[in-house]
Amino acid sequence: MEGEKGMFKQASWNEPVIFSLGREGRRGHNPPKAEEAIRQAVGSLDALVPESMRRTRKIGLPELSEVEVMRHFLRLSQMNYGVDSGLYPLGSCTMKYNPKINDLLASLPSLGMLNPYQDESTVQGILEILYKIERWLAEITGTYEVCLQPAAGAHGELLGTLLMRAHHKLNGDSEKRNEIIVPDSAHGTNPASASMAGFNVVVVPSDDDGCVSLGALKAAVSERTAGLMLTNPNTLGIFERNIDEISRIVHEAGGLLYYDGANLNPLLCKARPGDMGFDLVHINIHKTFGTPHGGGGPGAGPVGVSEELAKFLPVPRIVCRGERYRLDYDKPHSVGKIRGFYGNVAVLLRAYAYILSLGYEGLREVAEISVLNANYLMKRLKGIKGLALPYNSEKPRKHECVFSAKPLKTETGVSALNIAKRLLDYGWHAPTIYFPLIVDEALMIEPTETFEKEELDRFADAVRRICEEAYTNPEVVLKAPYAAAVSRLDEVKASHPRTMALSWRMYLKKNGENL
Amino acid sequence: MKPLGKHNHPYIPNSQTETKQEMMREIGIKNIDELYADIPKKYLLKKTLNLPEALSEFEVKKHVEALLSKNKTSNDLPIFLGAGCWPHYVPAVVKEIVQRSELLTSYTPYQPEISQGMLQALFEYQSMICELTGMEVANCSMYDWASALGEAARMASRIKGRSEILVPKIIHPERTATLKAYSEPAGISIKYLAYNVEDGLISLEDLKAKISDKTAAVYIENPSYLGFIEEYVDEISKAAHAHGALFIVGVDPTSLGILKPPGDYGADIVIGEAQPLGNPMNFGGPLLGIFACRDDLNMIRHMPGRIIGMTSTQDGSQRGFCMALQTREQHIRREKATSNICSNEALCAVASAVYMALLGPEGLRELGETIMYKANYAMQLFSKIGNVRVPVFKSAHFKEFTVNFDEAGLTVKEVNKKLLQRQIHCGKDVSKEFPELGETALYCVTEIHSKEEIERLAEALEEILVGR
Repeated sequence: MEGEKGMFKQASWNEPVIFSLGREGRRGHNPPKAEEAIRQAVGSLDALVPESMRRTRKIGLPELSEVEVMRHFLRLSQMNYGVDSGLYPLGSCTMKYNPKINDLLASLPSLGMLNPYQDESTVQGILEILYKIERWLAEITGTYEVCLQPAAGAHGELLGTLLMRAHHKLNGDSEKRNEIIVPDSAHGTNPASASMAGFNVVVVPSDDDGCVSLGALKAAVSERTAGLMLTNPNTLGIFERNIDEISRIVHEAGGLLYYDGANLNPLLCKARPGDMGFDLVHINIHKTFGTPHGGGGPGAGPVGVSEELAKFLPVPRIVCRGERYRLDYDKPHSVGKIRGFYGNVAVLLRAYAYILSLGYEGLREVAEISVLNANYLMKRLKGIKGLALPYNSEKPRKHECVFSAKPLKTETGVSALNIAKRLLDYGWHAPTIYFPLIVDEALMIEPTETFEKEELDRFADAVRRICEEAYTNPEVVLKAPYAAAVSRLDEVKASHPRTMALSWRMYLKKNGENL
Repeated sequence: MKPLGKHNHPYIPNSQTETKQEMMREIGIKNIDELYADIPKKYLLKKTLNLPEALSEFEVKKHVEALLSKNKTSNDLPIFLGAGCWPHYVPAVVKEIVQRSELLTSYTPYQPEISQGMLQALFEYQSMICELTGMEVANCSMYDWASALGEAARMASRIKGRSEILVPKIIHPERTATLKAYSEPAGISIKYLAYNVEDGLISLEDLKAKISDKTAAVYIENPSYLGFIEEYVDEISKAAHAHGALFIVGVDPTSLGILKPPGDYGADIVIGEAQPLGNPMNFGGPLLGIFACRDDLNMIRHMPGRIIGMTSTQDGSQRGFCMALQTREQHIRREKATSNICSNEALCAVASAVYMALLGPEGLRELGETIMYKANYAMQLFSKIGNVRVPVFKSAHFKEFTVNFDEAGLTVKEVNKKLLQRQIHCGKDVSKEFPELGETALYCVTEIHSKEEIERLAEALEEILVGR
């Protein structure tokens, strides 16, 4: 049932929670101590900490030796799956190879030991790097100025919507223009970001081709429209062919056009959002520019804007005079700040090295092969019994394709979720499932440019086998996975008020033990 | 010779000519541009973009190393700077673990069965943050302290249905700016609490005057931005709760080895910056925002960000971990989500988990003590210099403290310049942020500063301020 011998099997250590490891009195690290002369000179610490603020009980942390800590986390790492482990076709997440040289450079102390408030004369190297990334990203996106501050794509969206707000406010329009339009195929972050920036969200449906319905868009715009947030290619992997018309409708209504950069990879050095009329663009550095996703972050979400919007960007701006780089805080129209300091610099440095390793031609090749891979995989998956390809199955996709497992579900009871779980047994991460919301039983597949033809072939063969299994022996698929570190998890239990354990302390409390 | 970067690029296996041709044949195209045929022609780039030429890995390494070597770090000269991003030692084990490819190159654990390692590490991070702060629930990261403050204000306002937040006047300017950006669209107004001129602590009279049934939350920082320890925490906590407001506390977690955890003095939400727990400064990012609250179902449901929960396999045979309460989040709740956050700072949280596990309760206590000793030693030495006021406020200080040059008739800028000429980098100039404090700088001393470096700074200051 668990697949044949010689197949993938993830490490399964049954590793205890760290709180049940170690023993009182053990030490994993000795931080430096104050010199004896200092201790003598300063005297008792009790005299230095007000009584009301002294810690009176030991911190409830486990006590482990260095050996035990290393082993514990090494074992945990072995129960995890990354892009270096194999195909990670998580749609809209652009799980591409993360070049090792970039990690090596980002771990140099000449970056790590830099404080953001150091005198400009002592940080010229890093300022030059950041300045150049801004220029390169502006060039790639076709925007006028780029701000590196956002820590993630959604953070970039928040900044983008705040910039829209600032723009309309300056025009005396902010009270009236309180709506942001998003397509029904949009990433969840778009409506969430618009709402955080104080806008009402208006959803427009897609047409039969999976693109924004022009009729619906025309009906949706009004003098209340602040802007439209759009990802292009969209989440079906389809290029919004009416982009000219979309841009005209939104701009004529007085709105701004926002580009969600989650799907920029297939357009790298092929076409530029700025040229298509987008006024604001965010870039997911951890997707398009190959920086590691780190299990959920850190990423970086720089925002590029048109000349008209540049004055609203957060402070400071990096400026270059001759050969000198400095930070400029004097921006009266700026929206201020959306986080501390200047951005996720260690992530941005990796992107700098990535661009250098590829150059214009290489980035163009990244885009082209990402599209070639997606269309190749789509071709290999098309016609598998149980899977449908909604929205114009003849049309080429860009970076990703979205299949529907609805026929399979109806005929066998095996859902997109079950396919995803069974794929784990073959040694791959699963695609994104149940997104976009406009596709039933969605399997959203983005292979990126990273994976070789042979791996794509093996993946397509596995999907075919799983779908066949669904017809012949559905139980196997319904109960997958078997080869992951644990079998299928009870996710309902994790969120149920009675069983919810969000920390060790909460777990002990619920299980009747005292800390 | 073909230029580097296009054909057969090491990162792009299918850029190899024959592979590419086979794949195109399978799809039924002759040229990849056919796959771009639906993009209006005018948008397809014909010109080359102004980007660098591709370099070999060796050349990239030389180039980036050369640029970075223009920077000066605490390996080149002692740097007494913190102000929200602090220099600390990162143990080798932490570096080793965060470079583990299985963790580093994974994404948000949407498929928990194959992502147990990351999930358990993040659950342990959450649990250890709870122990350190005295809270019961923590999320698995925010971007940083500043954005955590913005989210905390919004959460308090949602829970209480009130629109005012009280914050200390002495607060990091970047945090105030971020708080404004996050709270203004939600209709939250910020009111500033005055401080006592003598000790810098929040004026309880002003708190009494400003707190009302409109107050969603009272926010304090401990230690404060300027390094002093807020003493009257019980009074502030009581005042907040008496008016039905939440009490939010911001912390530098390295202080919690010796200071009372906010959970012990009534905090409802604890935020802070966990960068010093195992993450390098990296010129200010990535950072790691702490976000924790009490075990209160209503509060938990309003929390922003990803939260990992412990569960079991469906057959009940094994313990496991997965993301919990996802119905709060943007991918499910869309415009009604508690926050838009998706990518966070997970790997930094893993680094902090490893760091806390290594140091343990005794290591964190010793770390706090070392910082306390060294910072106080520096204050002691500097205050012996005739015409400098150290610290400006008569309060206990942790890690950071203020140094005022008014009596010496020099500006912070001038002093810093002279110090830099002597190969010492000194504190942040806060004289524009708090004009009422005169020419004042914020100095930072941690476990990485040696006795000799502190003494060298004292001598240099004396030379500059007295012996000129």
